[in-house]
Amino acid sequence: MIIDRVEVETINSFWKLELLKEVYGLISILPILTLLLGITIEVLVIVWLEREISASIQQRIGPEYAGPLGLLQAIADGTKLLFKEDILPSRGDISLFSIGPSIAVISVLLSFLVIPLGYHFVLADLSIGVFLWIAISSIAPIGLLMAGYSSNNKYSFLGGLRAAAQSISYEIPLTFCVLAISLLSNSLSTVDIVEAQSKYGFFGWNIWRQPIGFLVFLISSLAECERLPFDLPEAEEELVAGYQTEYSGIKYGLFYLVSYLNLLVSSLFVTVLYLGGWNLSIPYISFFDFFQMNKAVGILEMTMGIFITLTKAYLFLFISITIRWTLPRMRMDQLLNLGWKFLLPISLGNLLLTTSFQLVSL
Amino acid sequence: MSLPLTRKDLMIVNMGPQHPSMHGVLRLIVTLDGEDVIDCEPILGYLHRGMEKIAENRTIIQYLPYVTRWDYLATMFTEAITVNAPEFLENIQIPQRASYIRVIMLELSRIASHLLWLGPFMADLGAQTPFFYIFRERELIYDLFEAATGMRMMHNYFRIGGVAADLPYGWIEKCLDFCDYFLRGVVEYQQLITQNPIFLERVEGVGFISGEEAVNWGLSGPMLRASGIQWDLRKVDPYESYNQFDWKVQWQKEGDSLARYLVRVGEMRESIKIIQQAVEKIPGGPYENLEVRRFKKEKNSEWNDFEYKFLGKKPSPNFELSRQELYVRVEAPKGELGIYLVGDDSLFPWRWKIRPPGFINLQILPQLVKKMKLADIMTILGSIDIIMGEVDR
Repeated sequence: MIIDRVEVETINSFWKLELLKEVYGLISILPILTLLLGITIEVLVIVWLEREISASIQQRIGPEYAGPLGLLQAIADGTKLLFKEDILPSRGDISLFSIGPSIAVISVLLSFLVIPLGYHFVLADLSIGVFLWIAISSIAPIGLLMAGYSSNNKYSFLGGLRAAAQSISYEIPLTFCVLAISLLSNSLSTVDIVEAQSKYGFFGWNIWRQPIGFLVFLISSLAECERLPFDLPEAEEELVAGYQTEYSGIKYGLFYLVSYLNLLVSSLFVTVLYLGGWNLSIPYISFFDFFQMNKAVGILEMTMGIFITLTKAYLFLFISITIRWTLPRMRMDQLLNLGWKFLLPISLGNLLLTTSFQLVSL
Repeated sequence: MSLPLTRKDLMIVNMGPQHPSMHGVLRLIVTLDGEDVIDCEPILGYLHRGMEKIAENRTIIQYLPYVTRWDYLATMFTEAITVNAPEFLENIQIPQRASYIRVIMLELSRIASHLLWLGPFMADLGAQTPFFYIFRERELIYDLFEAATGMRMMHNYFRIGGVAADLPYGWIEKCLDFCDYFLRGVVEYQQLITQNPIFLERVEGVGFISGEEAVNWGLSGPMLRASGIQWDLRKVDPYESYNQFDWKVQWQKEGDSLARYLVRVGEMRESIKIIQQAVEKIPGGPYENLEVRRFKKEKNSEWNDFEYKFLGKKPSPNFELSRQELYVRVEAPKGELGIYLVGDDSLFPWRWKIRPPGFINLQILPQLVKKMKLADIMTILGSIDIIMGEVDR
């Protein structure tokens, strides 16, 4: 006890030092920086994957000169974009034009806050959890709308409008799916959602309890990411590049980043909500229990958790990349019809079914 | 133009000449009401090179290298019509072997053209991957062309009275190999594309043309045949040796973009059938009617003086176009490619009027895209299949 008190006192004495206070502040930022670094690396990997997978689908070679297997291609592209001239449209609204991409990036980055990569390995285990993501991801279209509007270009404007219409109509089915999941797990916290799936191994995953919800979530998250069957806001053949038309340099790079960040967030959420998060769901844990709570085992389990989460997420990423390079694009009215007349009633029905089952089981 | 009374501020969007999906340098001024197209005005002429005027001060053989720049994706057809016109005008017979070689080359070129229609058409719908698949097959066709003619695109292969060179040794076997390979390729396209629900949703009922409309607008080729009219110049006005082969005219009755897609894919299969038959029974003999080389027998020609007939080993003959006029036509992949030729008892044509299928087919575009969605412009434009090289000439 004495030792304890001494320790507390020493800590308090450190607290009094202004310099160390700053150091401590920096240390508290450290996880955030680590996460940012991790996300950046993952985005680079996704870009590389997309290029290689699309190349093999299209019987091309893909990037091969920048680094081994072209791994550094994404970094090279990013560096190029960083050094490119930032062209501002002379008749556009410059401030909105600059704010647009940053709003989009920040809103997507914020949603990484609630994604658990391993057991309690999460930046903020908020009680509203998933709904933070739903709320924050609605901000991104505002950035796109700003970008489209401020470019003073008709293609950009149409692209921005399309982005807004699309994200509004697909967010509702998405939210209903998330609601159904949160009903099943009696919590909105992402950690609790994963925990709720860990009971019955492989068959405890929400994908078996919510197959319809899973499909609806898959489709609407693709639409939220503006990827190919639904990439109308930047439809090259119609709107040149949509809201990105006037952007160049790193601001264009930010939009590029947003699309891949979005994809990463969606795939991680698919993992968390439907695929059992960091649980491998194969009874290997008994093997680890043998060693008792060893620190090394804890770290091993942590890395295993991260690895498993990422593997599941990349599985979904692979599916969405393959979809992008095989399917044609939908038309705007067809897209809205699918959202409002098909996905919305189905997800609503799914939610009602889930609610009634939950009521019966109570 | 009928404006909806509720909206006053329509958006006028300029698409092209620089636009990712404008197939060259077509410019469309589109009036939009949100996503709906109210009006569309095509503006042409960005690729006008005066091809008809150029023809008026060249002999036919001198003009031949120019013609592959009309429709640069179906190059053999432009050459075919360029030699057919003077041949019919002067009533020149060509050897049977030359005729068969021409048929093979034309049908290969038709496949190449349809392939490079299919890829961009799918790209217009948002699917980028078929573009790379069609190039795989198209490369093989161009390799065949290169082996026979020495050039991949701008062959300059056809001559008045025959072709410039015989087929090289082993070419026929390679061609047969290609036919077998390509039939499997077409099946692959059908599996990948035809049953795709998103594709069907995008093309079914989009850009409908009734049979009567198609005739009234002077449409030709797959545009006409997709509207239920079985009009193929290879059948109704046979040229070369098309009447010696067993094949069917491809047609559909729906008249929408899907029907045009199906007609073109079907035509690729039929072309393979024609090629296989032609390659099987290609006769021997000369590949060029050498009579054509010397037509004008001038007695007092001076040695070493400048005369067209002494220009080279295979000279442009001082081939005189007599004072007559005629219209000849071939069934190009895009439709009826015709030449209205007026001779004037001189080496040069007095008038060389080109009837490009793309130009005539393009006229119906504004009518088709009205009251459609913005994205349908690309579907319809893609299904018309234009090449600005021949539209603007």
